[in-house]
Amino acid sequence: MTNYKGVMIYAEIAEGKLGAITKELLGGGRKLADALGEELCAVLVGCNVSHIATEIIAHGANKVYIVNNPLLRDYETDLFLSSMVKVVEQAMPRILLLGQTSAGQDLSPRLAFRLNTSVVLDCVDLSIDFDSKSLIRTKPVYGGKAMAAFISEDYPQMATVRLKSMPPSVRDDSRQGKVIEISVGLLQSVSRTKILGRFTEEAEGIKLEDAETIITGGRGIGSADGFKKLEELTKLLKGSAVGATRAACDAGWVPTTIQIGLTGKIVAPQVYIAVALSGSSQHMAGCSGSRTIVAINKDPRANIFKEAKLGVVGDWNIVFPAFLRKIEELSQG
Amino acid sequence: MNIIVCVKEIVDPELTPDNFKIDPVNKIGISPAGVPTVINPFDGQAVEAALRIKDIHGGKITIICLGSNLHREVVKKPLAMGADEVILLEDDAFGGGDSWSIAHTLARGIRKIGDYELILCGRQAADWDAGQVGSGTAEILGLPCITLARKIEVTDENARVERVTSDGYEIIEVSLPALITVSNELGEPRYPTAMGIIESLGKEPTIWKPKDIGLDPLETGSNGRRLKLAKLFQPIREGQCEIIEGETLEEAATNLALRLREEKIL
Repeated sequence: MTNYKGVMIYAEIAEGKLGAITKELLGGGRKLADALGEELCAVLVGCNVSHIATEIIAHGANKVYIVNNPLLRDYETDLFLSSMVKVVEQAMPRILLLGQTSAGQDLSPRLAFRLNTSVVLDCVDLSIDFDSKSLIRTKPVYGGKAMAAFISEDYPQMATVRLKSMPPSVRDDSRQGKVIEISVGLLQSVSRTKILGRFTEEAEGIKLEDAETIITGGRGIGSADGFKKLEELTKLLKGSAVGATRAACDAGWVPTTIQIGLTGKIVAPQVYIAVALSGSSQHMAGCSGSRTIVAINKDPRANIFKEAKLGVVGDWNIVFPAFLRKIEELSQG
Repeated sequence: MNIIVCVKEIVDPELTPDNFKIDPVNKIGISPAGVPTVINPFDGQAVEAALRIKDIHGGKITIICLGSNLHREVVKKPLAMGADEVILLEDDAFGGGDSWSIAHTLARGIRKIGDYELILCGRQAADWDAGQVGSGTAEILGLPCITLARKIEVTDENARVERVTSDGYEIIEVSLPALITVSNELGEPRYPTAMGIIESLGKEPTIWKPKDIGLDPLETGSNGRRLKLAKLFQPIREGQCEIIEGETLEEAATNLALRLREEKIL
């Protein structure tokens, strides 16, 4: 028996609105709360963020805890940590979920250790054990070659959730909920780090997470010029973008912001065209949610051919230009 | 400048799914016979980050490695790269831990080492991919922690870190002592040189047992876990890839395009 009750999710704002991950946490969190017969609440930490509470309630939270403070305008570990500790002490949630985001993966281990509880990062499945009411947390391990399910007996039961692994909640403005402001007496001196600047390195155009079609190049592309050839296809296909494996990013041919994989972006487009990449499990972790995977690789034994639905075995330098020409011809017809 | 780098010996993450098996009894991944274990690649990058600082500022790099039945040629590799000392927390009792017991054990080892300005860790271990030991160890030691560093510069009192974000990077300053976790964007670690290997052959690691760091064997490793591993399994792979053919590669490519159009995939 425990005094910890309810499911709490950590809300994040993107460009002034609820981030996609937050809607997914609310969708997945609602299922867990219903299975437990307990409430779903959200916590939002920031500055001048109270107006988002309405949107969070419309997406299914019964309660929204807000920590509003000028010092919390941008994410910073120590300040957000102090705030979250205060919120958890007050709300005592049985389950606490964060997104596996830049903030989530930074905050959650620190928060768990400070709260004397355990956490599992990058979960792709969450469920409630019927007898113990424990949270079963399932995540890929060994670079995605295996799956592990964890349980524990400490509270709150914490997890971070991988993007695109939970169905997002649907907005319903008729929903009602409560907003609770929590004041945290924060001092700037609590923060031991200072952010000197933030810089975007993202390419122009459509974001990988939003693209309908992704053309990804791997080690076999061989050069930055090679990637320019892949970009030619994006001119022919609406809503398409170019991605890369870690090997291609490490080689410096493309910016690391387009890296798809376990430690990069998680994408789930309609079509994923994998060009000259072997399909390591770490890479597949980033794209296995794609509807259709198409592979072009000269090695018939490459792992990508065990993951793709359609493919051509051959040198991409010959296959891809011919493929591109045909797509161009078909687009004009 | 005294830097401590935490490294872990793991099953080679480059193994493909076909070559990788699970031991269902011990609930652990195993590699085929003859395939050596390696230093966790992210920890290799943490060693590289330490060496880049030592290249400029001098100082001492101490490697700390926790586990059981550690392979000397693997865990001494950082010495061959240019680190100064290796301390092994090596005992059967240390095995089978989760992030909680590992962080608590490492923290004790680090306290015993005593003198440091900076602790570096890989962002996650490429076997269990937990991603917590760095932050957790910092919390236990009461240190500030910056995760996902791709570049680290230091002065006597501060570190200036470029931290990876989803759309670029941020620059963060932290006062030392601090713990920083390193991500692959830092770049390739240097290869051991021949001279480095020769010098490392003469250096024996220091070995500490649970009692050397004030721990009862029942408090560490699998006994100290918070998380219970309920299930470990390999997902069934049913992939049936249809290979599109043609008389020439160009024809195959054309057929692929046609097929994708016909099925309204593209």
